[in-house]
Amino acid sequence: MIALLIRDLRLATRAGGGFGLGVAFFLVLSALVPFGIGPDRAALAPVAPGILWVGALLACLLSLDRIFALDHEDGSLDLLATAPLPLEGTVAVKALAHWITTGLPLILAAPVFGVLLQLPPAAMPWLVLSLLLGTPALSMLGAFGAAITVGLRRGGLLLSLLVLPLYIPTLIFGAEVTRRGAEGAAVQTPLVFLAGITLAAAALIPFAAAAALRINLR
Amino acid sequence: MTLLTVEGLAVSRGGLRAVEGVGFTLDPGQALILRGPNGIGKTTLLRTVAGLQPPVEGRITIPDDAVAYAAHADGLKPALTAAENLRFWAQVFGGDGVAAALAAMDLQALADRPAAALSAGQKRRLGLARLLVTGRPLWVLDEPTVSLDAASVARFAVVIRDHLGQGGAALIATHIDLGVAEARVLDLTPFRARPGRTSRPSGFNEAFA
Repeated sequence: MIALLIRDLRLATRAGGGFGLGVAFFLVLSALVPFGIGPDRAALAPVAPGILWVGALLACLLSLDRIFALDHEDGSLDLLATAPLPLEGTVAVKALAHWITTGLPLILAAPVFGVLLQLPPAAMPWLVLSLLLGTPALSMLGAFGAAITVGLRRGGLLLSLLVLPLYIPTLIFGAEVTRRGAEGAAVQTPLVFLAGITLAAAALIPFAAAAALRINLR
Repeated sequence: MTLLTVEGLAVSRGGLRAVEGVGFTLDPGQALILRGPNGIGKTTLLRTVAGLQPPVEGRITIPDDAVAYAAHADGLKPALTAAENLRFWAQVFGGDGVAAALAAMDLQALADRPAAALSAGQKRRLGLARLLVTGRPLWVLDEPTVSLDAASVARFAVVIRDHLGQGGAALIATHIDLGVAEARVLDLTPFRARPGRTSRPSGFNEAFA
């Protein structure tokens, strides 16, 4: 499993791997919003948590179809399915690799982009914490969508349509943590829900996605 | 000990039965070559034996973790070098012998070349070298010689012979003469499924096709 993780990370960081694409998209979005809404703090600060979370979510979505599609195209997925690794483990590892290459850079970049959007300094730690708890669920749910649409030509759009509704709970609670953090209110309830969604996704998705893969490989 | 027993096997592709009533056994040291016209279901049968799809009817008996499957696609990552590709599969299968596998398929000189820079025949050789690092006894090969030149086919025949000599077995679908004299040949034409009967678990397949 570690070999698979290392391979996926290596592939993502080599030429054409798409590493950094998510962060670049996040930057573009965070830089464009102030031009659209206007730069003053009174207008930007209230919407900043929501924009940052929507941006992180869309950036995550960009690279989802690569989780399984590339391995399916070159035949690796068939070979992985016949390898001694359980397919559930393969799904979990590939979702983890997606999170490390997409989610983790977003978390590190988020405070910088928060400044662009006039996010109050008090909210910064909460933004980082909510992303840290929430983005693994995005990668997991995305792996499930990618497993369902693997092998479909132009499956990317269908994947987005399937996955975005599943992202809504994470988005709601993640943005709520950041918003409450900005106001100095209690953040415990949304934080617990956010962590709960992530844990549930991490526990259940590998089995669901592996089942979807088995059907698609037939 | 028998490596592979197939009894009364029927397989389906896209909800239609391809071949039915196929039966054979493979003992260590044996090779079986599947022949038959295009579309009769050679690939489907091999995928079923490899465990990628369930049989419609019949039974396949294989010891656990015995199959190494090689399909039309080689499963190579263009951004990784030849040696890195092999090393990955060796780690996944818990085998080793990357250098020996490269040597067996005459790829040492290309070991540090990215797979993207290999020719079609070289990629094929690398894909076949993967079989050696899996350490698995039963090779299930689907048209292994596509895009190989005559010298490489002969080299691969030697590799298969060595594998059989070490107690392995091979199930090969191919149209050309591999030059593995001891291999038995099974022509699938008489096993073509009678038309009109659809396979039972077809609905699910069609929904996702």
